[in-house]
Amino acid sequence: MKKSRFIVGFFGALALITLTQCFTDKQNQGQKLYVQHCLSCHMEDGSGLRGLIPPIAKADYLQTHRDELACLIRNGADGPMVVNGIEYNKEMPGVHTLREDEITNLLNYIQTNFGNNNKRYTMTEVEEMLDICPVPHGK
Amino acid sequence: MNPRINYILKQTIVASAFICASALTYSCQSNSADQTLPILGSREPVERVVDGKTIVDTVYHQIPDFAFTDQDSQRVTQETVAGKIYVTDFFFTTCPSICPKMKSQMLRIYEAYKDNPNVVLLSHTIDPAHDTVAVLKEYADRLNVETAKWHFVTGDRDSIYDMALQYFVGVQEDDQAEGGFAHSGDFMLIDQNRHIRGHYHGTEQEDVDRLIKDMEILLKEQQHEEK
Repeated sequence: MKKSRFIVGFFGALALITLTQCFTDKQNQGQKLYVQHCLSCHMEDGSGLRGLIPPIAKADYLQTHRDELACLIRNGADGPMVVNGIEYNKEMPGVHTLREDEITNLLNYIQTNFGNNNKRYTMTEVEEMLDICPVPHGK
Repeated sequence: MNPRINYILKQTIVASAFICASALTYSCQSNSADQTLPILGSREPVERVVDGKTIVDTVYHQIPDFAFTDQDSQRVTQETVAGKIYVTDFFFTTCPSICPKMKSQMLRIYEAYKDNPNVVLLSHTIDPAHDTVAVLKEYADRLNVETAKWHFVTGDRDSIYDMALQYFVGVQEDDQAEGGFAHSGDFMLIDQNRHIRGHYHGTEQEDVDRLIKDMEILLKEQQHEEK
């Protein structure tokens, strides 16, 4: 009797640890994706690179083009883009392999960090945006 | 011995060892006034005869003469860097991986030394087919840097790749690499005699801090030589 209670307790604790581990992982997914796919150009603090690469930190573009960002991450960007009053013109490669939930986490990380305090996305919202992405030219 | 006292004793010994070690390290570092930088690369003894006596000189690896074109279509040669110290790297403007990081770190060096006429920055493109003078001009303009201080150079592909070897920087065309070129993110520090005096990881802030300090040491050495 005592032994079985011990086993139940042990597995209970294990399940709890696994679960919480899951949640912390999910919470950090946006940040991990940022480090993996965005950091080398947009920098650790989201400052970009002078006139070459636009900033993410306190960028008005995140609010003014909120509905286009999911497609931007997936398909990349080309041509001129104005961020905080400065025109940039450098191709951004897209990350075609990202799933809807990953794009949601990445966007929410960007919208709520680097001094940004913008509205978060729901996954449904992101899925809808991705459904109507403009066809990337030349691809 | 009382185990508690034993424990405290052990702790004390560990702590004092720590303090001694850090004091030692600190005293070494603070001695920067007479610090010198090594000369990197191969060296050869060369014998010559003066007044019937044989004298052995050491010949250090020296960057050979070069001729490239910068973002203002000006020729950049060994004359451009004569009597100056310079930091050099290899990159390409469409590089999606490490180059933006390298350039943001190079900008820190630029800002630290932009008013010092004895310092020059020299960035070579390893994709001269794409990175023409016009492309480099736009790149430099967008970084808002002055040509006289920071030359972005292009030229004959083979000459650029040969120069990379001379600077001990690894570069190659590689279809598998992001952007089509594989290269290291090294920054090399060159003195007024075109000897390599330091090697740094251009993507790491701490290592670039070390470079900025080493430039200070090299500039002092240069002043000393001129006196």
